[in-house]
Amino acid sequence: MSPVDVALELDCRTLPCPMPVIELARHLTDVAVGELLAVVAHDPAAAVDVPAWCRMKEQEYVGADTADDGAPRYVVRRLS
Amino acid sequence: MLLAALERGYADPRRLHRAGRDARLLLDNAREATADALGVRADEVTFTPSGTHAVHLGLLGLVRGSRRGTWVVHPSIEHSAVRHAVAWGADGNDEGVHVDREGRVDEGSLVADACSPNVGVVALQTANHEVGTVQPVGEFELPNNIPLFTDACASMGRLPLPHGWAAAAGSAHKWGGPAGVGVLLVRKRARWRNPFPGDDRIDERSTGFENVPAVLAAAAALQAVVAEREEVNARQHALVDVVRRRVAAEVPDVEVVGDPVRRLPHLVTFSCLYVDGEALVTELDRRGFGIASGSACTASTLTPSHVLEAMGVLTHGNVRLSLQRDTTRADVDAFCDALPGVVAGIRARVGM
Repeated sequence: MSPVDVALELDCRTLPCPMPVIELARHLTDVAVGELLAVVAHDPAAAVDVPAWCRMKEQEYVGADTADDGAPRYVVRRLS
Repeated sequence: MLLAALERGYADPRRLHRAGRDARLLLDNAREATADALGVRADEVTFTPSGTHAVHLGLLGLVRGSRRGTWVVHPSIEHSAVRHAVAWGADGNDEGVHVDREGRVDEGSLVADACSPNVGVVALQTANHEVGTVQPVGEFELPNNIPLFTDACASMGRLPLPHGWAAAAGSAHKWGGPAGVGVLLVRKRARWRNPFPGDDRIDERSTGFENVPAVLAAAAALQAVVAEREEVNARQHALVDVVRRRVAAEVPDVEVVGDPVRRLPHLVTFSCLYVDGEALVTELDRRGFGIASGSACTASTLTPSHVLEAMGVLTHGNVRLSLQRDTTRADVDAFCDALPGVVAGIRARVGM
Protein backbone atom coordinates (compact mmCIF):
# COMPACT_ATOMS: atom_id res chain seq x y z
CA MET A 1 0.00 0.00 0.00
CA SER A 2 1.73 3.21 -1.12
CA PRO A 3 1.16 6.49 0.75
CA VAL A 4 -0.56 8.10 -2.25
CA ASP A 5 -3.53 5.77 -1.85
CA VAL A 6 -4.46 7.38 1.45
CA ALA A 7 -6.64 10.48 1.08
CA LEU A 8 -6.18 11.64 4.68
CA GLU A 9 -3.66 10.68 7.36
CA LEU A 10 -4.48 11.55 10.98
CA ASP A 11 -1.53 12.23 13.28
CA CYS A 12 -2.52 10.64 16.60
CA ARG A 13 1.04 9.71 17.59
CA THR A 14 0.88 11.36 21.01
CA LEU A 15 -2.77 10.67 21.80
CA PRO A 16 -3.77 8.13 24.47
CA CYS A 17 -6.55 5.54 24.15
CA PRO A 18 -9.37 6.05 23.16
CA MET A 19 -8.50 9.34 21.36
CA PRO A 20 -7.15 7.80 18.11
CA VAL A 21 -10.49 6.04 17.53
CA ILE A 22 -12.39 9.23 18.38
CA GLU A 23 -10.29 11.16 15.81
CA LEU A 24 -10.99 8.45 13.26
CA ALA A 25 -14.74 8.74 13.84
CA ARG A 26 -14.60 12.56 13.66
CA HIS A 27 -12.75 12.61 10.35
CA LEU A 28 -14.42 9.73 8.53
CA THR A 29 -16.63 12.06 6.53
CA ASP A 30 -13.62 14.20 5.50
CA VAL A 31 -12.91 11.59 2.82
CA ALA A 32 -15.27 10.47 0.05
CA VAL A 33 -16.98 7.07 0.09
CA GLY A 34 -14.49 4.54 -1.27
CA GLU A 35 -11.43 6.58 -0.24
CA LEU A 36 -8.83 5.59 2.36
CA LEU A 37 -8.27 7.24 5.73
CA ALA A 38 -5.35 6.37 8.01
CA VAL A 39 -4.68 6.76 11.73
CA VAL A 40 -1.07 6.96 12.92
CA ALA A 41 -0.87 6.05 16.61
CA HIS A 42 1.59 4.66 19.14
CA ASP A 43 -1.29 3.74 21.47
CA PRO A 44 -1.13 -0.10 21.66
CA ALA A 45 -4.93 -0.34 21.97
CA ALA A 46 -5.36 1.15 18.47
CA ALA A 47 -4.16 -2.10 16.87
CA VAL A 48 -7.27 -3.82 18.23
CA ASP A 49 -9.68 -0.92 18.51
CA VAL A 50 -9.41 0.42 14.94
CA PRO A 51 -10.45 -2.95 13.39
CA ALA A 52 -13.15 -3.32 16.10
CA TRP A 53 -14.46 0.18 15.31
CA CYS A 54 -14.63 -0.71 11.59
CA ARG A 55 -16.66 -3.82 12.40
CA MET A 56 -19.06 -1.92 14.68
CA LYS A 57 -19.48 1.07 12.32
CA GLU A 58 -19.57 -1.06 9.13
CA GLN A 59 -16.46 0.44 7.55
CA GLU A 60 -13.66 -1.59 5.92
CA TYR A 61 -10.44 -2.21 7.83
CA VAL A 62 -7.77 -2.35 5.13
CA GLY A 63 -4.80 -3.22 7.36
CA ALA A 64 -1.80 -1.95 9.29
CA ASP A 65 1.47 -0.58 7.90
CA THR A 66 3.89 2.09 9.08
CA ALA A 67 4.08 5.84 8.54
CA ASP A 68 7.22 7.52 7.12
CA ASP A 69 8.81 7.72 10.57
CA GLY A 70 8.04 4.05 11.35
CA ALA A 71 5.04 4.74 13.62
CA PRO A 72 2.19 2.19 13.36
CA ARG A 73 -0.48 3.24 10.86
CA TYR A 74 -3.99 1.76 10.53
CA VAL A 75 -5.82 2.16 7.24
CA VAL A 76 -9.60 2.30 6.83
CA ARG A 77 -11.80 2.54 3.71
CA ARG A 78 -14.96 4.64 4.06
CA LEU A 79 -17.89 2.49 2.92
CA SER A 80 -20.81 4.73 3.86
CA MET B 1 -16.65 -21.71 62.35
CA LEU B 2 -13.58 -19.60 61.53
CA LEU B 3 -13.33 -18.51 65.17
CA ALA B 4 -13.47 -22.11 66.42
CA ALA B 5 -10.80 -23.01 63.88
CA LEU B 6 -8.60 -20.14 65.07
CA GLU B 7 -9.06 -21.44 68.62
CA ARG B 8 -8.21 -25.07 67.79
CA GLY B 9 -6.20 -24.94 64.59
CA TYR B 10 -3.40 -22.49 65.36
CA ALA B 11 -0.63 -25.07 65.76
CA ASP B 12 1.65 -26.64 63.15
CA PRO B 13 -0.13 -29.78 61.92
CA ARG B 14 3.29 -31.40 61.46
CA ARG B 15 3.91 -31.51 65.23
CA LEU B 16 2.95 -34.42 67.47
CA HIS B 17 1.79 -32.50 70.56
CA ARG B 18 -1.94 -32.17 71.26
CA ALA B 19 -2.33 -28.76 69.62
CA GLY B 20 -0.48 -30.05 66.57
CA ARG B 21 -2.69 -33.13 66.37
CA ASP B 22 -5.80 -30.92 66.62
CA ALA B 23 -4.56 -28.78 63.73
CA ARG B 24 -3.75 -31.91 61.73
CA LEU B 25 -7.27 -33.20 62.28
CA LEU B 26 -8.78 -29.92 61.08
CA LEU B 27 -6.50 -29.85 58.03
CA ASP B 28 -7.45 -33.42 57.14
CA ASN B 29 -11.13 -32.55 57.57
CA ALA B 30 -10.73 -29.56 55.26
CA ARG B 31 -9.00 -31.73 52.68
CA GLU B 32 -11.80 -34.36 52.86
CA ALA B 33 -14.51 -31.71 52.59
CA THR B 34 -12.80 -30.02 49.63
CA ALA B 35 -12.27 -33.33 47.83
CA ASP B 36 -15.88 -34.28 48.44
CA ALA B 37 -17.20 -30.93 47.15
CA LEU B 38 -15.05 -31.19 44.01
CA GLY B 39 -15.57 -34.91 43.36
CA VAL B 40 -11.87 -35.83 43.63
CA ARG B 41 -9.80 -37.99 46.03
CA ALA B 42 -8.53 -36.40 49.24
CA ASP B 43 -4.92 -37.31 48.38
CA GLU B 44 -5.27 -35.33 45.15
CA VAL B 45 -5.86 -32.07 47.09
CA THR B 46 -3.07 -29.69 48.18
CA PHE B 47 -3.65 -26.34 49.84
CA THR B 48 -1.41 -23.51 48.65
CA PRO B 49 -0.98 -19.87 49.71
CA SER B 50 -2.89 -18.58 46.63
CA GLY B 51 -4.57 -19.59 43.39
CA THR B 52 -1.63 -18.13 41.51
CA HIS B 53 0.78 -20.38 43.40
CA ALA B 54 -1.46 -23.39 42.72
CA VAL B 55 -1.29 -22.55 38.99
CA HIS B 56 2.51 -22.24 39.10
CA LEU B 57 2.91 -25.54 41.00
CA GLY B 58 0.37 -27.45 38.94
CA LEU B 59 1.53 -26.38 35.50
CA LEU B 60 5.28 -26.37 36.11
CA GLY B 61 5.07 -29.68 38.03
CA LEU B 62 3.57 -31.34 34.95
CA VAL B 63 6.28 -29.77 32.78
CA ARG B 64 8.95 -31.10 35.13
CA GLY B 65 7.33 -34.54 35.13
CA SER B 66 7.07 -34.69 31.35
CA ARG B 67 9.30 -37.09 29.42
CA ARG B 68 8.47 -35.42 26.12
CA GLY B 69 9.59 -31.82 26.48
CA THR B 70 9.27 -28.39 28.02
CA TRP B 71 6.92 -26.76 25.52
CA VAL B 72 3.49 -25.68 26.83
CA VAL B 73 0.68 -25.25 24.28
CA HIS B 74 -1.85 -22.72 25.54
CA PRO B 75 -4.18 -20.05 24.13
CA SER B 76 -3.38 -16.37 24.65
CA ILE B 77 -6.47 -15.87 26.81
CA GLU B 78 -5.03 -17.81 29.75
CA HIS B 79 -4.67 -15.91 33.03
CA SER B 80 -1.35 -14.13 33.53
CA ALA B 81 -0.51 -16.73 36.23
CA VAL B 82 -0.26 -19.33 33.45
CA ARG B 83 1.52 -17.04 30.99
CA HIS B 84 4.03 -15.92 33.62
CA ALA B 85 4.67 -19.53 34.70
CA VAL B 86 5.40 -20.50 31.09
CA ALA B 87 7.67 -17.49 30.62
CA TRP B 88 9.56 -18.31 33.82
CA GLY B 89 9.93 -22.07 33.73
CA ALA B 90 8.92 -23.54 30.36
CA ASP B 91 8.69 -22.71 26.66
CA GLY B 92 5.61 -21.54 24.81
CA ASN B 93 4.05 -19.16 22.35
CA ASP B 94 1.32 -16.80 23.48
CA GLU B 95 -0.19 -16.33 20.05
CA GLY B 96 -0.21 -19.99 19.03
CA VAL B 97 -3.75 -21.12 19.63
CA HIS B 98 -6.66 -19.31 18.03
CA VAL B 99 -9.75 -18.19 19.96
CA ASP B 100 -12.96 -17.01 18.33
CA ARG B 101 -14.70 -13.64 18.78
CA GLU B 102 -16.49 -15.01 21.86
CA GLY B 103 -13.24 -16.12 23.47
CA ARG B 104 -13.66 -19.86 22.98
CA VAL B 105 -10.52 -21.76 22.08
CA ASP B 106 -10.35 -23.63 18.78
CA GLU B 107 -10.01 -27.29 19.84
CA GLY B 108 -8.62 -28.38 16.48
CA SER B 109 -5.85 -25.80 16.66
CA LEU B 110 -5.04 -26.81 20.24
CA VAL B 111 -4.81 -30.50 19.38
CA ALA B 112 -2.81 -29.79 16.19
CA ASP B 113 -0.29 -27.69 18.11
CA ALA B 114 0.00 -30.44 20.73
CA CYS B 115 1.23 -32.83 18.00
CA SER B 116 4.49 -30.87 17.61
CA PRO B 117 7.65 -32.45 19.04
CA ASN B 118 8.84 -31.29 22.46
CA VAL B 119 5.29 -30.51 23.69
CA GLY B 120 5.19 -31.47 27.39
CA VAL B 121 1.88 -30.01 28.56
CA VAL B 122 -1.28 -28.38 27.20
CA ALA B 123 -2.84 -25.67 29.39
CA LEU B 124 -6.46 -24.61 29.01
CA GLN B 125 -8.60 -22.72 31.54
CA THR B 126 -12.04 -24.08 32.50
CA ALA B 127 -13.59 -20.66 31.96
CA ASN B 128 -12.21 -17.24 31.13
CA HIS B 129 -11.75 -14.95 34.11
CA GLU B 130 -12.49 -11.75 32.14
CA VAL B 131 -15.28 -12.60 29.72
CA GLY B 132 -16.75 -15.74 31.34
CA THR B 133 -16.65 -17.99 28.27
CA VAL B 134 -16.53 -21.68 29.24
CA GLN B 135 -13.80 -23.66 27.44
CA PRO B 136 -14.16 -27.21 26.05
CA VAL B 137 -11.98 -28.88 28.72
CA GLY B 138 -12.67 -32.64 28.66
CA GLU B 139 -14.26 -32.49 25.19
CA PHE B 140 -11.15 -33.37 23.17
CA GLU B 141 -8.41 -35.99 23.20
CA LEU B 142 -4.78 -34.96 23.29
CA PRO B 143 -2.18 -36.96 21.32
CA ASN B 144 0.63 -39.00 22.89
CA ASN B 145 -0.90 -38.94 26.39
CA ILE B 146 0.12 -35.31 26.80
CA PRO B 147 -1.23 -34.12 30.16
CA LEU B 148 -3.67 -31.23 30.38
CA PHE B 149 -3.36 -28.54 33.03
CA THR B 150 -6.56 -26.63 33.70
CA ASP B 151 -6.71 -23.30 35.52
CA ALA B 152 -10.10 -23.64 37.21
CA CYS B 153 -9.75 -20.52 39.37
CA ALA B 154 -12.62 -18.65 37.69
CA SER B 155 -15.12 -21.52 37.91
CA MET B 156 -14.20 -23.73 40.89
CA GLY B 157 -17.20 -24.28 43.13
CA ARG B 158 -19.58 -22.42 40.82
CA LEU B 159 -19.41 -25.05 38.08
CA PRO B 160 -18.62 -28.78 38.35
CA LEU B 161 -15.02 -29.62 37.50
CA PRO B 162 -14.67 -30.92 33.95
CA HIS B 163 -12.90 -34.20 33.16
CA GLY B 164 -9.71 -34.82 31.26
CA TRP B 165 -7.07 -32.94 33.28
CA ALA B 166 -3.93 -34.17 35.04
CA ALA B 167 -3.60 -31.13 37.31
CA ALA B 168 -5.91 -28.22 38.15
CA ALA B 169 -5.85 -25.06 40.24
CA GLY B 170 -8.46 -23.11 42.20
CA SER B 171 -8.60 -20.00 44.35
CA ALA B 172 -10.74 -19.75 47.50
CA HIS B 173 -11.47 -16.02 47.33
CA LYS B 174 -13.03 -16.56 43.90
CA TRP B 175 -15.73 -18.79 45.41
CA GLY B 176 -16.28 -16.50 48.39
CA GLY B 177 -13.73 -18.05 50.75
CA PRO B 178 -10.84 -16.17 52.35
CA ALA B 179 -7.89 -14.73 50.42
CA GLY B 180 -4.62 -16.58 50.87
CA VAL B 181 -5.91 -20.08 50.09
CA GLY B 182 -5.40 -21.82 46.77
CA VAL B 183 -6.18 -25.40 45.81
CA LEU B 184 -3.89 -27.57 43.71
CA LEU B 185 -5.34 -30.83 42.37
CA VAL B 186 -3.03 -33.48 40.97
CA ARG B 187 -4.53 -36.70 39.62
CA LYS B 188 -3.40 -39.91 41.27
CA ARG B 189 -1.55 -41.27 38.24
CA ALA B 190 -0.27 -37.97 36.82
CA ARG B 191 3.47 -37.53 36.27
CA TRP B 192 4.04 -34.51 38.46
CA ARG B 193 7.40 -33.47 39.96
CA ASN B 194 7.81 -30.53 42.32
CA PRO B 195 9.21 -27.65 40.24
CA PHE B 196 10.29 -25.75 43.37
CA PRO B 197 12.63 -26.73 46.23
CA GLY B 198 9.82 -28.51 48.10
CA ASP B 199 9.47 -29.00 51.84
CA ASP B 200 9.11 -31.65 54.50
CA ARG B 201 5.34 -31.52 55.05
CA ILE B 202 2.52 -34.02 55.50
CA ASP B 203 1.60 -33.35 51.89
CA GLU B 204 4.71 -33.54 49.71
CA ARG B 205 3.31 -30.97 47.23
CA SER B 206 2.79 -28.22 49.80
CA THR B 207 5.39 -25.76 50.99
CA GLY B 208 5.48 -24.37 54.52
CA PHE B 209 3.07 -24.27 57.42
CA GLU B 210 -0.51 -24.31 56.15
CA ASN B 211 -2.91 -21.61 57.35
CA VAL B 212 -5.25 -24.21 58.85
CA PRO B 213 -8.07 -21.87 60.00
CA ALA B 214 -8.21 -20.18 56.57
CA VAL B 215 -8.10 -23.53 54.78
CA LEU B 216 -11.00 -24.77 56.92
CA ALA B 217 -13.00 -21.60 56.19
CA ALA B 218 -12.27 -22.03 52.46
CA ALA B 219 -13.52 -25.63 52.55
CA ALA B 220 -16.70 -24.62 54.40
CA ALA B 221 -17.35 -21.84 51.86
CA LEU B 222 -16.79 -24.27 49.00
CA GLN B 223 -19.30 -26.74 50.44
CA ALA B 224 -21.87 -23.95 50.81
CA VAL B 225 -21.32 -22.69 47.24
CA VAL B 226 -21.62 -26.19 45.77
CA ALA B 227 -24.75 -26.91 47.83
CA GLU B 228 -26.61 -23.83 46.55
CA ARG B 229 -25.10 -23.46 43.08
CA GLU B 230 -28.06 -24.86 41.18
CA GLU B 231 -30.34 -22.15 42.53
CA VAL B 232 -27.76 -19.32 42.60
CA ASN B 233 -26.41 -20.07 39.10
CA ALA B 234 -29.89 -20.06 37.54
CA ARG B 235 -30.69 -16.73 39.20
CA GLN B 236 -27.36 -15.11 38.29
CA HIS B 237 -27.46 -16.43 34.73
CA ALA B 238 -30.86 -14.80 34.25
CA LEU B 239 -29.66 -11.51 35.82
CA VAL B 240 -26.65 -11.42 33.51
CA ASP B 241 -29.04 -11.99 30.61
CA VAL B 242 -30.90 -8.86 31.74
CA VAL B 243 -27.64 -6.86 31.81
CA ARG B 244 -26.56 -8.16 28.39
CA ARG B 245 -29.95 -7.34 26.86
CA ARG B 246 -30.45 -3.94 28.48
CA VAL B 247 -26.89 -2.70 27.88
CA ALA B 248 -27.03 -3.68 24.20
CA ALA B 249 -30.45 -2.03 23.79
CA GLU B 250 -29.98 1.13 25.86
CA VAL B 251 -26.35 2.18 25.30
CA PRO B 252 -25.51 3.18 21.71
CA ASP B 253 -22.25 1.90 20.18
CA VAL B 254 -21.62 -0.82 22.73
CA GLU B 255 -20.21 -4.31 22.29
CA VAL B 256 -21.27 -6.98 24.82
CA VAL B 257 -18.58 -9.65 24.69
CA GLY B 258 -18.10 -13.32 25.63
CA ASP B 259 -20.28 -16.34 24.95
CA PRO B 260 -23.92 -15.41 25.73
CA VAL B 261 -24.86 -18.96 26.80
CA ARG B 262 -21.88 -21.18 27.66
CA ARG B 263 -20.44 -18.85 30.28
CA LEU B 264 -19.85 -18.31 33.98
CA PRO B 265 -23.21 -17.47 35.56
CA HIS B 266 -22.18 -14.30 37.37
CA LEU B 267 -19.91 -12.40 34.98
CA VAL B 268 -20.62 -9.96 32.15
CA THR B 269 -18.23 -7.83 30.10
CA PHE B 270 -18.90 -5.07 27.57
CA SER B 271 -17.04 -2.22 25.86
CA CYS B 272 -18.35 1.28 25.04
CA LEU B 273 -17.01 3.09 21.98
CA TYR B 274 -15.31 6.49 22.55
CA VAL B 275 -15.25 6.02 26.34
CA ASP B 276 -12.19 6.22 28.58
CA GLY B 277 -12.17 3.09 30.77
CA GLU B 278 -10.69 4.84 33.79
CA ALA B 279 -13.37 7.54 33.71
CA LEU B 280 -16.04 4.85 33.46
CA VAL B 281 -14.69 2.99 36.52
CA THR B 282 -14.53 6.26 38.49
CA GLU B 283 -18.01 7.50 37.51
CA LEU B 284 -19.68 4.15 38.23
CA ASP B 285 -17.80 3.89 41.53
CA ARG B 286 -19.19 7.30 42.53
CA ARG B 287 -22.66 5.89 41.99
CA GLY B 288 -21.91 2.84 44.13
CA PHE B 289 -21.06 0.32 41.42
CA GLY B 290 -17.65 -1.31 41.85
CA ILE B 291 -16.62 -2.66 38.47
CA ALA B 292 -13.41 -3.92 36.91
CA SER B 293 -12.05 -2.96 33.48
CA GLY B 294 -9.74 -4.50 30.91
CA SER B 295 -9.00 -1.18 29.23
CA ALA B 296 -5.38 -0.10 28.80
CA CYS B 297 -5.78 3.11 30.76
CA THR B 298 -6.88 1.15 33.86
CA ALA B 299 -3.86 -1.21 33.75
CA SER B 300 -0.48 -0.52 35.32
CA THR B 301 1.15 -1.63 32.06
CA LEU B 302 -0.96 0.77 29.92
CA THR B 303 -1.62 -2.09 27.53
CA PRO B 304 -5.11 -3.41 26.87
CA SER B 305 -6.34 -6.74 28.24
CA HIS B 306 -4.66 -9.59 26.37
CA VAL B 307 -7.97 -11.46 26.49
CA LEU B 308 -9.95 -8.73 24.70
CA GLU B 309 -7.05 -8.30 22.27
CA ALA B 310 -6.99 -12.01 21.37
CA MET B 311 -10.75 -11.99 20.81
CA GLY B 312 -10.45 -8.94 18.55
CA VAL B 313 -13.10 -7.00 20.46
CA LEU B 314 -13.09 -3.35 21.45
CA THR B 315 -10.68 -2.83 24.38
CA HIS B 316 -11.45 0.73 25.42
CA GLY B 317 -14.45 1.71 27.56
CA ASN B 318 -14.46 -1.80 28.99
CA VAL B 319 -16.59 -2.84 31.96
CA ARG B 320 -16.48 -6.16 33.79
CA LEU B 321 -19.35 -6.69 36.19
CA SER B 322 -19.38 -9.57 38.70
CA LEU B 323 -22.64 -10.32 40.50
CA GLN B 324 -22.61 -11.21 44.20
CA ARG B 325 -24.67 -14.15 45.45
CA ASP B 326 -27.23 -11.72 46.89
CA THR B 327 -27.40 -9.32 43.93
CA THR B 328 -31.06 -8.66 43.12
CA ARG B 329 -33.01 -7.74 40.00
CA ALA B 330 -33.41 -4.25 41.54
CA ASP B 331 -29.60 -3.90 41.83
CA VAL B 332 -29.15 -4.95 38.22
CA ASP B 333 -31.85 -2.56 37.04
CA ALA B 334 -30.28 0.30 39.03
CA PHE B 335 -26.97 -0.36 37.24
CA CYS B 336 -28.65 -0.53 33.84
CA ASP B 337 -30.63 2.65 34.59
CA ALA B 338 -27.46 4.58 35.55
CA LEU B 339 -25.19 3.35 32.75
CA PRO B 340 -26.56 5.21 29.68
CA GLY B 341 -26.26 8.60 31.42
CA VAL B 342 -22.74 7.85 32.67
CA VAL B 343 -21.58 6.78 29.20
CA ALA B 344 -23.25 9.77 27.52
CA GLY B 345 -21.61 12.12 30.06
CA ILE B 346 -18.10 10.78 29.38
CA ARG B 347 -18.67 10.90 25.62
CA ALA B 348 -19.88 14.50 25.87
CA ARG B 349 -16.54 15.53 27.45
CA VAL B 350 -14.78 14.60 24.21
CA GLY B 351 -17.57 15.94 22.00
CA MET B 352 -18.94 12.56 20.93
